[in-house]
Amino acid sequence: MDSLTPLPLAVSLLGAAGLTALRGVLGRRVFELAAVAVSAAVALLLAALLVASIEAPIVYWFGDWTPVDGVALGISFVIEPLGAALATLAAVLVTASFVFTWRFFDNAEHLFHVLMLVFLAGMVGFALTGDLFTLFVFFELMSVSAFSLAGYKTEEEGSLQGALNFAVTNSIGAFLILAGIGLLYGRTGALNLAQLGEALAGAPPDGLVITSFVFLVTGYLVKAAAVPFHFWLADAYATAPTSVCVLFAGVLSELGLYAVARVYWTVFDGAFAGHLPALRAIVIGLGTLTALVGAAMCFPQRHIKRLLAFATVSHVGLLLIGVGIFTPTALAGTFIYIVTDGLVKASLFFCTGILLHRLASVDELGCDGLGAVMPLTRVLFVLGGLGVAGLYPFGTYLGKSLIEDEAAVLGYPWVTGVFIAASVVTAGAVLRVAARVFWGVGPGDAYDIKSEAEGDEVQPEGSRGGSGSTPASMWAMAALLIAAAFVSGLIPQLAGRVEVAAEHFVDRRAYADLVLAGVPPPEVGLPPAESSFKGALIGLASAVAAGMIAAAGLWHMRLPRTITRGATALLGPPFARLRALHSGHVGDYVAWLTVGVAVLGGLMAVMMG
Amino acid sequence: MSFAPFAVAAWLFVIGLYGIVTSRHLIHLVICLSVVQSSTYVLLLAIGYRTGAAAPIFVDTKPGAPAVDPVVQALTLTDVVVGATVSALLLALAVQVHKASGTFDPDELDTLRG
Repeated sequence: MDSLTPLPLAVSLLGAAGLTALRGVLGRRVFELAAVAVSAAVALLLAALLVASIEAPIVYWFGDWTPVDGVALGISFVIEPLGAALATLAAVLVTASFVFTWRFFDNAEHLFHVLMLVFLAGMVGFALTGDLFTLFVFFELMSVSAFSLAGYKTEEEGSLQGALNFAVTNSIGAFLILAGIGLLYGRTGALNLAQLGEALAGAPPDGLVITSFVFLVTGYLVKAAAVPFHFWLADAYATAPTSVCVLFAGVLSELGLYAVARVYWTVFDGAFAGHLPALRAIVIGLGTLTALVGAAMCFPQRHIKRLLAFATVSHVGLLLIGVGIFTPTALAGTFIYIVTDGLVKASLFFCTGILLHRLASVDELGCDGLGAVMPLTRVLFVLGGLGVAGLYPFGTYLGKSLIEDEAAVLGYPWVTGVFIAASVVTAGAVLRVAARVFWGVGPGDAYDIKSEAEGDEVQPEGSRGGSGSTPASMWAMAALLIAAAFVSGLIPQLAGRVEVAAEHFVDRRAYADLVLAGVPPPEVGLPPAESSFKGALIGLASAVAAGMIAAAGLWHMRLPRTITRGATALLGPPFARLRALHSGHVGDYVAWLTVGVAVLGGLMAVMMG
Repeated sequence: MSFAPFAVAAWLFVIGLYGIVTSRHLIHLVICLSVVQSSTYVLLLAIGYRTGAAAPIFVDTKPGAPAVDPVVQALTLTDVVVGATVSALLLALAVQVHKASGTFDPDELDTLRG
């Protein structure tokens, strides 16, 4: 199995290079088939590694440069189930995107497939590496390919501006990461995660360690799009091709959170363990802010991709709370939520892609009732909304309830309220779109706050524009992913198994022993199966409440006058101000980024110093 | 080892950010981003610097002769490659933006407001 370890990365990179070389030679269909074959092979290899890593984590040293006396000069891949699961999800979504775009990009754009494979290589390396600098290199690899994919439609103004905002903000995030790496290397002389953790353990964190932590974490949070680093996300996600959005919303943001958890638990845990309550308060606070801002920005959108983008911001906030609780159980919940929510979100973006294909528009009001000709897509879209709400048995309910319960145990019972609020509002927005677009429910001009980012200007992807039928390859992918999310909640003992993996993930000493000395980690027993009846109940209530919110969004004219007037007076000005902040101006975004770094650094210094 | 290189790195980072925030021209903005990035070069090289040591080229030096840290130089080199890629991509995007919108001024690009 060891020799398989570098293969997923090698296959995707060599596949990309090979396809570039052969693009003039191969016919269109053969080329697309080859791209699907490469990404499917990567997915299978990663799945095999995932299964193997559940038995025992795999450490692979490139060129056999194994560490000597705890000093690692070589570069390692460390494969454990949580990272491998994210990499597998990435490969599955790339494969699904390739199938989805089958005959979709009519203007035979070969580079799309090549860029996607390079993007996949970046994500795979990012999820598997055990070295801080390599983590940066893969971060850049996936970022640069993501920038070019976001700006893929070079003839569109919005797409280019979205890509530009994306590239500038994320590059600054990357420079912050590099500065953090430099400071840590100056202190420890190490770049391997395990060796860094050993070098920092035992001493309380000083200014340099806290500074490098803030730089690294903010860099990753720019990618994850936590408030106030999130501004670029809606621009990039709303304007990128739909098949790329699937990857962005399904796994890219989540990889940023994965890096925060990975770096904390392998490098900083030894130094920060005594300050955990302060750190917990900061990260949970940031997650809460992100969840609420995302939800508030999500609901008023009429551009469906932009709406889903802000839903992603909101869910990133919830996931950040899960990471920020800093316990294995919450981490297990976070990973279950990441994977299941990634599947749901990807399916919703695929459904939006079908809308774009059939109606040549993703404007909610513009599509009013026109979706009625797509009986299958509307079922999938509604299922997606219910998945966002966390209705049993969608796996999302399980992830959320694990995080909520753990937060309550640690003295944050109000986190449950944040989860319910964010889920209800985002799911309500999705259900409202479904009702209006697919059933034509509600009056057509029902908006207090007119969206300036209207969907009308969107060009149809590919050249066919409004088309008469949905190819099976399109709805099959949306159906497959939502089905996977649906049954994931039914896997027996899923929570327990992921918790075992999370226990290993957070054990810094065992990780260091494994990487630096080859000592296998201690056994962790499977925790007893708990029924999460309460979580299922919350999910059901959230779904019902989401339906009510959706109805309120559709028929708010019919609500009693006093309620609407009161709500407008109360919520109108802050909403307008919040929307005005999302100016689409890259300078503003960078200013917010700078403020965010300063505030986070200040909070850390005050609460931990 | 003086603090001067670290002060230079911090200055480049901050002044580059200031340039990006206040920029009225996308090409200027991309160059400012390169200025921010050059602060990371300075930081990395400063970290690996040893007073009186030679460059880490071990061809005709005696074993044990002092040399500056080659690891950070490798990191910087990687960083330079990354920087070239990002700058090229961003400049290409800026040119495309100009083609599509007819302006280089970020203040006039308002397709994505709200």
